[in-house]
Parts: sequence; structure tokens; C-alpha cells
Amino acid sequence: MASEKTTKNLSAWERVKLARDPNRPHFRDFIALVASDFEELHGDRLVSDDKALAGGFATIDGRKVLVLGHNKGKNVEENMAANFGMANPDGYRKAMRLAKLAERFSIPVVTFVDTPGAYPGDTAEARGQAEAIAKSLEFFSLLKTPVVVVITGEGGSGGALAIAVGDKVLMMENAVYSVISPEGCAGILWRDGSKAPEAAEALKITAQDLKSLGAVDEIVKEPAGGAQKNHAAAAKAVKKAIIAALDELEGVDAEELVARRYEKIRSYGRFSK
Amino acid sequence: MSWFEKKKEKVAIAPEKAIWAVCPKCASRFAPEEWKKASSICPKCGYAGRVSARARIAMTADEGTFKEVFREVSYSDHLKFRDAAGAYRDKIEATIRKTGETESIVMGTCEIGGIRAMLGVMDFSFMGGSLGTGTGERIARACEQAIEERRPLVIFSASGGARMHEGILSLMQMAKTSAAIGRLKEAGLAYISVLTDPTTGGVSASYAMLGDINITEPRALIGFAGRRVIENTIHQKLPDDFQSAEYLLEHGFIDRIVERKDMKAFIAKMLRYLSR
Repeated sequence: MASEKTTKNLSAWERVKLARDPNRPHFRDFIALVASDFEELHGDRLVSDDKALAGGFATIDGRKVLVLGHNKGKNVEENMAANFGMANPDGYRKAMRLAKLAERFSIPVVTFVDTPGAYPGDTAEARGQAEAIAKSLEFFSLLKTPVVVVITGEGGSGGALAIAVGDKVLMMENAVYSVISPEGCAGILWRDGSKAPEAAEALKITAQDLKSLGAVDEIVKEPAGGAQKNHAAAAKAVKKAIIAALDELEGVDAEELVARRYEKIRSYGRFSK
Repeated sequence: MSWFEKKKEKVAIAPEKAIWAVCPKCASRFAPEEWKKASSICPKCGYAGRVSARARIAMTADEGTFKEVFREVSYSDHLKFRDAAGAYRDKIEATIRKTGETESIVMGTCEIGGIRAMLGVMDFSFMGGSLGTGTGERIARACEQAIEERRPLVIFSASGGARMHEGILSLMQMAKTSAAIGRLKEAGLAYISVLTDPTTGGVSASYAMLGDINITEPRALIGFAGRRVIENTIHQKLPDDFQSAEYLLEHGFIDRIVERKDMKAFIAKMLRYLSR
């Protein structure tokens, strides 16, 4: 792969491959390296505990935060248990439950986004995948506590966005974030799934593209060759960016925070002609 | 997202144009006059066929009260998107010429049963009713104007989901519309969502599912992921009624399935209950 020396001039498709690299740090790797303490909390209080989306209280740089993140797993058994990071409605409802609790105690929320997408299964539909994502978008837009989002790997469509509405959206250099997977888009618009590299290019899904489109605020640099080469260095950069974002949002009045967040969301793709 | 699922559905000829009118849901055949007389409602299974935004507005708004707003808000080709078939810009300009609409939702103020409201109706014939930046902008502006003028909001959805030609910014419209509707509700105003056939993908996963009251029509398709995607994931055939209006009612995501002839009266009644 071209990523040995530098990741500066990679194609969108090469970034997709890096974002999906199984050795890339995932939620639990980041938490272990970024937080000095993590107490996981389980369940949506309705149906189940979704292993694909984890959450709990953590301490980052001496501050209390609530962390939420897609959980992919490191090996086949873990992948299966975590459903490859594809959350069910139960996962999004757990995320909202925990974030509501954080809001009550004015604890900021930090989310780690890394999912191919929301789980496309029959039980997910039966329990309202669409409703859970919709509710999550509305919920996070109104949450009266700071929300910092880090897109760490795959930002797969609505399943990613459901925990990616926040005051500050950070994106790792080799992460991707898209309305549809390049394969899916190629299958539809090129009628040929193998045209995924072309679709990846056309969809503009890299951190650089998203920053210039105004969909993310900041790019977090990765170590040479990509985050999979050096978890500690990648986590260090992520931690620094999270702390800076938390600093910026600290002490902002809750009403003001929500008003600013609305203005931010409102500006996405603002019409100007 | 799943709007391509629909594209491949083999309903090539609109029922009213064929020699036989064939119901896309139950495949029953009718004389075209019979189908037309039934106003695109299948006399056999009750499926409420797709109608244009303009036809829906005529059925819903009190006569002469609909005033269109934000027609100037249209698509933006932020990505200069091109696929195998060519440029997005050419495709959507052709759609605009063909349909006479400038986005996938038509928005306006009106009265419904004498109640002042903001009404938005999606048109599936406009790029599969896809949610583009123009669509999201119209909905956000509608919420803001509704708050300003103290009007409840009614949206009829018909969509395959987000418009991938507008990339990440189309995804962001899910957040934008949901945030705007959240503010509308916080302002003490009602939002009635009517999910018509079909409402899927990023539209069902944003404003369409956020109604204070969620209504649908008989046999409408409503879901998040496409049927084939799900079948490929679970390696099983899904039952026929999967993701139908009736299935959603049974699973608790819809308040009522309302027949088209009763729709306007039901909306007006809900708006009366949900006013101060």
C-alpha cells in the first residue's frame, strides 16, 4: 500500500482502505489511551444492550466526560459480538439515555464514530431503526451539555450521523465520512460495484474534502503511515484535540450552547444563489 | 441508502396509462377508467397510489389558501458530482424542466379545515423524492417561519432517502431538518408527519419519523434499509408485509393508517387537538 511513507497524497479509495484497516485503533483502544478511567454502562432500559455502540463515564485530562462510541472488535469473535460496529436501534437509544444523564449533571459528551452504517436487519426495522436515528438527531441537537464528536474511522451514513451531531466535529486524517458507502454508490450510479474507487472520489468523503465543505471543523493529524501504525501517537493527537474542544466549550451557557449548535447545523449546505 | 431499490421495481408503466391498470402492490388488474375513478386507490387492496405534490396539496389545503414559499431555494451542486451517466447538474436540470418543480418538496402556507398551517409535500417524481440541500433548506426555513407565525407544520413525505449526488451535505440535511423540527416542537407547535408510499432511508430516519403524530396510508412502504439489503444481511426472505404501513402500525411507530378520503379531516382534527 502507498501508505508506508506518507499519507499526504492518498486517493479517496486508499483512505477508505486505511479507515477500514482492522489494525486501526477502535473505540476501546482510544478509551484505554485517552482516558485515565472508564466505567462502561449498559443497556437502553427498553430491549437490550447493544454491543455495537458502547458508552460510559470516563475521565480525560482530569475531567468527567460521558463517552459514546461504535465498537467494532479486534477479531472474528469480537467482530461478531459487536456486529461489526453496526448498531441496532437499541444502541442509539442507549446513547440517548446516557447522554440525557450526562446533561443532568452538566457533563460533556464525547463520541467516537466508526461504523459501516446502522444495522440493516429485520429486527432492527421491527424495533424502529429509522425512528431511533431520527430521534437521536433531534435529541443531540437540543442537548444542553457540550458534545464533541471524533470521526475516527468509517463514518457510515445515518448510523454514524446519529452520534455525530455536536458542537465540535473532529475528523482523523484518514477517516472517511459519507452519505453512502462507495460500493453502494457505485452499484447504483455506475451499475457496477467495482467502480467504488471512482464513487469514493466523486462523493468527496475524505477529511480534507469534508473540511472544505464545512461538514467537519478540524482534522486530527495521524502518525506517519496512518493510525494503525502507532496507536499511542494517534491517541495522543486525538486526546489533545478533544481537550482543546472541551476547553473551548467549557463555561458556555447551556442555552447559548444549543443556539450556537443550531446555527452550526443550520449552516450545512446553506443555500446561496 | 435505499432509493435505488425502488428504481428497479418493475412498475414501468403508470397504472392509468396502461391497457390494464395494474396495482403495484397486489397486482390486481382493472380497466383504466376504474383505476382513475378510484383516484389511484386500489379497489382490491386499498393501496394508496403515488400522487404528485400539487395533487396532494389540492387534496389537503383549503381551496385557494395555499401560498407557495421558498421556490427559489433549489439544489446546489457542491461536489460538481459526475457519475457513469454524466453530471448531476444536467440530470437535475432535466428533472426541473420535466416536473416544473425546483426541489423534491413543495412548501407553502395554507389553511387546513380552517386552521392556519405550514404545509410541505414531497414529490417522488423529483429525483426519487431524494433529500438534497435544497429540500433540507426549505424544511428548515419552513420550521423557522412556522415558529415566527405560530403555525403547526404538516409534511407529507415520499422519498427514497438522502440524495447521494450531494454527498455529505445531503446527509447533513438529516441533522438540519431534525434540529429545526426539534426547535419547532420546543416552541410549542405541533408537527404532523404523513409518511406516504414510499418513505425510506435518510428521510424516514429524520423528519418523517419525528411527527408528534405519525400517519400513513394503507399499504405504504416505510422503512430504513432496503428489502434486498436486509435479505442479503440476514440470508432470509422477508415476509410480504415487511415494512408496510400495517407492519409499522403493529410495531408501534405509526399513530394511524388513514384512508386518503379521510386524510384532510383527520389532519384538521389533530391540529385542533394540538392547538392552544
